[in-house]
Amino acid sequence: MLAPKTLYDKLVDAHTVCNLDEAGQEILLYVDRTVLNEYTSPQAFTGLREAGRKAWRPETALGVVDHVNSTRPARITLIGGEQDIQSEYFARNCRDFDIELFDLFHRQQGIEHVVMPELGLVLPGLVIAAGDSHTTTYGAFGSLGFGIGTSDIEHLLATQTLVYRRLKNMLIRVEGDLPVGVTAKDLIMSVIRKIGAAGASGFAVEFAGQAIDRLSMEGRMTMCNMAVECGARGALVAPDQKTFDYISGKPRAPSGEDLAAALTAWTDLRSDPEAGFDETVTLEASAIEPMVSWGTSPDQAAPISARIPDPERETDPDRKRDAIRALDYMGLEPGMDLRAIRIDHAFIGSCTNARIEDLRAAAAILKGRKVASGVHAIIVPGSSEVRRMAEAEGLDRIFIQAGFEWRQSGCSMCLAMNDDVVAPGERCASSTNRNFEGRQGAGARTHLMSPAMVAAAAVAGRLSDIRSLGSN
Amino acid sequence: MRFEPFVCEKAHIAALPAANIDTDVIMPKTFLKGIDRKGLDVGAFHHLRFASDGVPRADFVLNQAPWTQAKFLVTGENFGCGSSREHAVWGLLQLGIRAVVAQSFGGIFFDNCARNGLLAIESDEADVERLSRHANAGKEITIDLDSQSIITPGETIGFDIGERRKFMLMNGLDAIGITLKRRDEIASFENEYLGQRKWLAGKGVSAA
Repeated sequence: MLAPKTLYDKLVDAHTVCNLDEAGQEILLYVDRTVLNEYTSPQAFTGLREAGRKAWRPETALGVVDHVNSTRPARITLIGGEQDIQSEYFARNCRDFDIELFDLFHRQQGIEHVVMPELGLVLPGLVIAAGDSHTTTYGAFGSLGFGIGTSDIEHLLATQTLVYRRLKNMLIRVEGDLPVGVTAKDLIMSVIRKIGAAGASGFAVEFAGQAIDRLSMEGRMTMCNMAVECGARGALVAPDQKTFDYISGKPRAPSGEDLAAALTAWTDLRSDPEAGFDETVTLEASAIEPMVSWGTSPDQAAPISARIPDPERETDPDRKRDAIRALDYMGLEPGMDLRAIRIDHAFIGSCTNARIEDLRAAAAILKGRKVASGVHAIIVPGSSEVRRMAEAEGLDRIFIQAGFEWRQSGCSMCLAMNDDVVAPGERCASSTNRNFEGRQGAGARTHLMSPAMVAAAAVAGRLSDIRSLGSN
Repeated sequence: MRFEPFVCEKAHIAALPAANIDTDVIMPKTFLKGIDRKGLDVGAFHHLRFASDGVPRADFVLNQAPWTQAKFLVTGENFGCGSSREHAVWGLLQLGIRAVVAQSFGGIFFDNCARNGLLAIESDEADVERLSRHANAGKEITIDLDSQSIITPGETIGFDIGERRKFMLMNGLDAIGITLKRRDEIASFENEYLGQRKWLAGKGVSAA
């Protein structure tokens, strides 16, 4: 009788080339696939060039331009300047190392973590490491995804492996059903608020329970994507029929006999019933409300019906200190009604929330409504494919009529490496993942929330409760 | 890539009393647009170090004597959380920072430190508090990696570090070169792994 294992342990065991220490805590981990972007990869390729090394299996890597490109509708030129240097060097690297590239003009260009799943490249049981922290997204498929730095990109390209330290196991169970108007984004923001920005540091988390089972694949991707914001270096949902249905028929997914063989193997990809977790956290879905962040760390968030907490009531002195600093940066006062916070920008986009389901949710709010005067509102679809799907459904017309700009794909205002920058002191309702100081621009103030909540805020000109608006 | 080994260093230590100092704060996006590792010293903590007109902020510890000479930082929980950008580590090193003592680190940042010779030391809350007091008193301290100790005026604080990480840091070794010595082992693992998974074999990310 084999010892019961968690899904995470099964994935790591299946990819262990050898142990690097006696305890088997540090291992050489085989990596199935990677996706590269133009801003974290250049120095890795330079390292390979200088050492005269090749890529071990270049066919397992895909290059996608997403971080620095403009998302302005006219896709004629690059921005001009340093961004072009990165994109051009990236193209040269992909060509010289025999790696497929989706450049700005490719039909499938988009945000890497949206592109990979929609092509069917994220499969249960894989290990996918990439130079972007939100690689955790792939856990939604029962694939171990995690972010790495540039030195490790170089290591991965050269050896198809990583020096990897095993994580502890955390189970996050979400029982019951989410109320109407409450989304995966609100759920993961509630998890982060509950356990803190370092709450899952050193852990791989597995999401389970009825509320997770009932989430769409898009919703599960949102959950796993943002799990990194509570420190998780891996987030998993056990694959089920919904996962298999999503993958089947995707352009680059296995098909025919290959798919049949894969499906047989994938049924074992779940934690054994007796498997032990180092920590277990339980949430009741019915108690979750639409969430917004008020501070500069993703755990500084509250239900939209709440008021901004008073740091003086915080018992932990460190959290009190950080909350005072955050409120000062955000230009907010304790006790303020969150719904009184006026916004200057509304941004729907990012690898967290720019898939077709997210755009449909935003369109349901925006149909027949107008963006409040003085609010600059943009929608950046997660991929060129999502953009085409949305246009086929007529969503683009709803957005444009409401007063949103309808953009090409890229990371855009999530991290403002392109020309979409929030000015100092301005405030943005954002469907993204990080409300860090300066994230959307030096001095910019970010409030994280679901895409539908961003749409509602854009219409009201202030943060507002989706449940009091409803669909038109 | 080989890097400057960390063996033993004596220097000032600057306290950054906050949790969750993220890599956007350590290295703002404006400085991520190059294709090499150079010129990142000016980017490190840029918005904390400089006002929007470029004038150094007098209220930031690294702009104050004696911490303008600091080679060590002591800080709270989850230092280096957020974005994977290794530029944060490159920038700290270029600013002269050789070691960071924190209650905990963001996972990717922690690995990035090890790959570049920045010593990341995880300490408990009490040790971080003690070190912060020494930092604020403007005292120099010594960090000795070999004996895994932080030597302050009056006390010595031990710390834990994985054996392999310590060895790599003390020798400034290129991890890729070491892994490639296992080339045959990797190839044989790969053969067997792909042999059992026909749906992956040979295809990679190319069209099915």
